[in-house]
Amino acid sequence: MPFVPHTTQDEELMLDAIGVESIEDLFDEIPPALRAGVLANTPDGISEQALLRLMSDRSKQDEVDLCFIGAGAYQHHIPSAVWDLVTRGEFMTAYTPYQAEASQGTLQLIYEFQTMITRLTAMEVANASVYDGASALAEAILMAVRANRKSKSRNVLVPGNLHPSYLSTCRNILHNQKINLQVIPYDQQSGCIKQEDLRDLEGEDFAALVIQYPNFFGGLEMADELTNWAHAQGQLVIGVVNPTALALLAPPGIWGDTGADIVVGEGQPLGIPVASGGPYLGFMCCKQAIVRQMPGRIIGKTVDLDGKVGFALTLQAREQHIRRAKATSNICTNQGLLVTAATIYMSLVGDLGLRSIATQSHNGTVNLIGKALDIKGVKRRFASPVFHEIVLELPCLASQVLKQMCADGILGGYDLGAMDATLENCILVNVTETKTPQDIDNFITSLRAAVEVTAC
Amino acid sequence: MLIYEISSEGRSATAQYESCELENSELPTTQLRETTIGLPAVSELQVVRHYTGLSKKNFSIDGEFYPLGSCTMKYNPRGALAGAHMPGFLARHPLAPENVSQGYLSCLYDLQEYLKDVTGMRAVSLTPMAGAQGEFAGVAMIRAYHDKAGDSERTEILIPNAAHGTNPATAVMCGYTVREVPVTKEGDVDVDALKAAVGPQTAGLMMTNPSTCGVFERKIQEIAEIVHEAGGLLYYDGANLNAILGKVKPGDMGFDVMHMNLHKTFATPHGGGGPGAGPVGVGKRLEPFVPTPIVGKRSTNGEDEYYWMSDKDIPDTIGNLSAFMGNAGILLRAFAYARLLGNQGMHRVGEYATLNANYMATKMASAGFKLAYPNRRATHEFIVSMSQEAKELNVNAMDFAKRLLDYGYHAPTTYFPLLVPEALLIEPTETESKEELDGFIEAMTQILREAKETPELVRSAPVTTPVKRLDDVKAARELNLAWRSAD
Repeated sequence: MPFVPHTTQDEELMLDAIGVESIEDLFDEIPPALRAGVLANTPDGISEQALLRLMSDRSKQDEVDLCFIGAGAYQHHIPSAVWDLVTRGEFMTAYTPYQAEASQGTLQLIYEFQTMITRLTAMEVANASVYDGASALAEAILMAVRANRKSKSRNVLVPGNLHPSYLSTCRNILHNQKINLQVIPYDQQSGCIKQEDLRDLEGEDFAALVIQYPNFFGGLEMADELTNWAHAQGQLVIGVVNPTALALLAPPGIWGDTGADIVVGEGQPLGIPVASGGPYLGFMCCKQAIVRQMPGRIIGKTVDLDGKVGFALTLQAREQHIRRAKATSNICTNQGLLVTAATIYMSLVGDLGLRSIATQSHNGTVNLIGKALDIKGVKRRFASPVFHEIVLELPCLASQVLKQMCADGILGGYDLGAMDATLENCILVNVTETKTPQDIDNFITSLRAAVEVTAC
Repeated sequence: MLIYEISSEGRSATAQYESCELENSELPTTQLRETTIGLPAVSELQVVRHYTGLSKKNFSIDGEFYPLGSCTMKYNPRGALAGAHMPGFLARHPLAPENVSQGYLSCLYDLQEYLKDVTGMRAVSLTPMAGAQGEFAGVAMIRAYHDKAGDSERTEILIPNAAHGTNPATAVMCGYTVREVPVTKEGDVDVDALKAAVGPQTAGLMMTNPSTCGVFERKIQEIAEIVHEAGGLLYYDGANLNAILGKVKPGDMGFDVMHMNLHKTFATPHGGGGPGAGPVGVGKRLEPFVPTPIVGKRSTNGEDEYYWMSDKDIPDTIGNLSAFMGNAGILLRAFAYARLLGNQGMHRVGEYATLNANYMATKMASAGFKLAYPNRRATHEFIVSMSQEAKELNVNAMDFAKRLLDYGYHAPTTYFPLLVPEALLIEPTETESKEELDGFIEAMTQILREAKETPELVRSAPVTTPVKRLDDVKAARELNLAWRSAD
């Protein structure tokens, strides 16, 4: 009986105390017709040793030599100390810090996280995180509709170069609340949103404008201009940012004249393995003036009866367990364990480390672009400057080239044809500090060979 | 002390990065960050010591008995963690092609099958990232079902007033209004009130069974009939699935859709507030609407091949709810847990969770505590009402909860469900030994004695924790959500 500690004698003593004959008697209020029979499709239990052998065998099927896919999940080096600390039982097996006196470790850590994230984004306040970057954006859009007092609209502008899964997640979560997402097409030449293209929208009422920075194609939007335009239209600005990029690039808190109003992003690059897409964490920041519209857990600093500094959940009157149907969201979770990883990661790398990691990622990307463009028929699809991800246009179907590269043990990028048929010859390639110059050369060799074999 | 308060400019953990400068950069100078970031400047040892120190300020399952009702704080097997943390799983990119993802996909496929088996549902989607997102997916499917049938008059979700706060919040997120249905003194849904409440406006009923009152809803079949008769669908909130795992299947009770909390029933760690995972199971009516992606299996040349099913395979799906595929790592841990337990182990979960709760309830009643539902069997949890102590001794449920911390026990859930005054909701789980339960009951008995003899001691508890009771009003009024050097 794995994990059930009862001896036969324990069981007898307990049944005696209750005054029943058997455990079965304890289920006597359940109508007999409902009692489940066997679990026919669940196998017999196995030992831990057998389990680990099984999972090891299965995991080895999925190993590859090199992965250049990014598209929202980025392979960075994770300092060994991060997960050594994160998997301490005191962090891993605690629950939501409802009993603050017994949860000061988690509470202080989240307060430190909120501090670090506000500094990275140059925003005033942050929450304790939501599920992931995509759901964070959905929450941000709802929040903007609630918070924008100048607008009565439930329409929000989103860029056509937003991560396609973010867009679909937002649509799926928001459509029942009659929120309408209007997609602004990106400029075919630069891959970015052009301010001139927004003129037609002037005078219409939108609650907010979403800016992804860098955008899904890795490109850098003119965030200052877009922010000022949206504010002049009475819209709030929601930034969707990559945290690593902010070590080098202007943070959303200073975009334009007054900065973005709400900022969200995927926290995975901060010490969390790519691991099939989760668990990750969605971070969420805003201006102090609209903090009461922010969903999710928020930790505040306070004092105890003796005046000693302590930390507690605060502004709980926004949340589902108090407000029920009137809550800002149904969310209960913050991704506590991933927040623990991100906080320890940011402490370990510090300003200098994060800047170096971002720089190395950018340098590697520039190096790869230069070499890739030497391959006959390979072009840069969009002209805008990029941070650590680039769209390469190939002289043939991307899916076929990627298949060839996969045979070399290299995942060469994300097939953009999967999101947009007009980009079926394009791949989205990411380079981080985990890729050495030799890795990049191996990528180039494989890409060149694959393009030659495939080219029509 | 905060990590910032041990930070010194010029210090850093230099093993963690290679210093470098931009080379041939194409970043426009107008977009470069000109200011520092403001992360801590500390050594690697300082980081390790600081966070080790913080961890010691937490209660946890690994450290203490944690009978938090409705949260199922059972042992989180380390083997499940080791399985999920295999290098091939950690390094697998979420967008890796299927031919180099067969190991991962096979685990997910198997988990879908096990969850179908224990819930009696026809299909399972693993994608929701938490119980609340599972609820969202479930109610969104109910809505999609009525919309597809052109039945736009159904605008209302019925919810028993004992329900978790997420239920009404979720219904609102799906564009519904909420009508509450009362619960009788015995903890059952008031069937007459339900009959009066259903109608052509009813989209569905959301309920937990066993309910948050810690009792099994005896008239569930009649309730299902009433709702179905009115054209509504039944949503099962899987918060209390641990009580009936291997004993009763929600599909057999008549539920059309449900979510499971893998971080409760399938023993994945709670992580200080998350991550969880909230897979949804559906019956026949809602099968066409399941959220994507789910994992399919086909046979090619006699070999099993696993593949992603997307909106091409499930055209009426409510779609994806995350950037990739939910909380993959949690799903792997739940798969591992299911394999470790096997079918026999699953049966025992519900049995011993129920044995432990009934034993505690009996013992606490004889120690002088007042059970909220003394005439009912406890399920995996039970409620003690401290209203008498609050009235006569001026020592309330929260005081008892706080004093328990001094005795080395995490407090039960306090003041929930709301309809029981001064509630302590106690859930021991199947992984606790009799000795641990006896120790807790002894502590409660001792605190009751203190409440009579030295009530101030209980009212000022806790005294052994890193901080005493905190000023929540100050925290909300003088918002301080991020550290500044002047603080």
